[in-house]
Amino acid sequence: MANPEPTRQRRGLVAIDGAMALIVILLVVQIWLLSATLEAFLAGHSGPVIPAAIFSGLLFMAALTLNIFVNRIDHSSRRP
Amino acid sequence: MPLMHNPSNDRLWKDEFPVFTSDERYVTRRQFTKFLTLASLGMFVGNLWIVLKSYLSKKSSYPALDIASIGEIPVRGVKLFSYPTPQDRCIMVRTGEEEYVAYSQKCTHLSCAVYYSVKNDRLECPCHQGFFSIKDGSVLQGPPPRPLPQIVLEREGGKLIATGVKVSGNG
Repeated sequence: MANPEPTRQRRGLVAIDGAMALIVILLVVQIWLLSATLEAFLAGHSGPVIPAAIFSGLLFMAALTLNIFVNRIDHSSRRP
Repeated sequence: MPLMHNPSNDRLWKDEFPVFTSDERYVTRRQFTKFLTLASLGMFVGNLWIVLKSYLSKKSSYPALDIASIGEIPVRGVKLFSYPTPQDRCIMVRTGEEEYVAYSQKCTHLSCAVYYSVKNDRLECPCHQGFFSIKDGSVLQGPPPRPLPQIVLEREGGKLIATGVKVSGNG
């Protein structure tokens, strides 16, 4: 009979890798958003400044949620 | 300076970013995720900073500043001045008998000082060959991403007064 422990750890690792990839994507979007907002602000357009900040905040919240998810998965996969 | 170093006595950040190569170790996925989340927070703070700057720039009002008297400079002549602060260098050009234009002298590419080319009738940045229209400050050629901020001029008696700065995007 196969040992279930390595399977659980492998699944946890895949979930963590997936969450990390998602955070990287969110971060790339945030970097683009910040540079585009700065460019617009310096060009004298202050219209997109507040929506961009709200959207960036939502992206940060998503990244934070994924971070908490990674911590939980890590703890549960290490649990004896 | 010791050749061998014991990282366990140091603070956490010194442990994670050691000076000595021998002290380096693999960063765990959890640590890397934490770093990415902190970077995300940094981006958010950057956006908030832009909101704050935008709010403050809306509140600020420009002073009225006496720049020159009418007829002080000849047609196609130039006068340099500072507006709205002594650090903001500007350039005024008399383009016609009764026409004056003024722009920020700071190139929107990398902040080199632009000058007026009488031969080509345009403002030119000598650093990377960025050219601006003398009519409205728009980019004619080169790497500058935005037009030059225009100084709003008003006539009061025989004087030319700067009353504001008009910033506009390209297109």
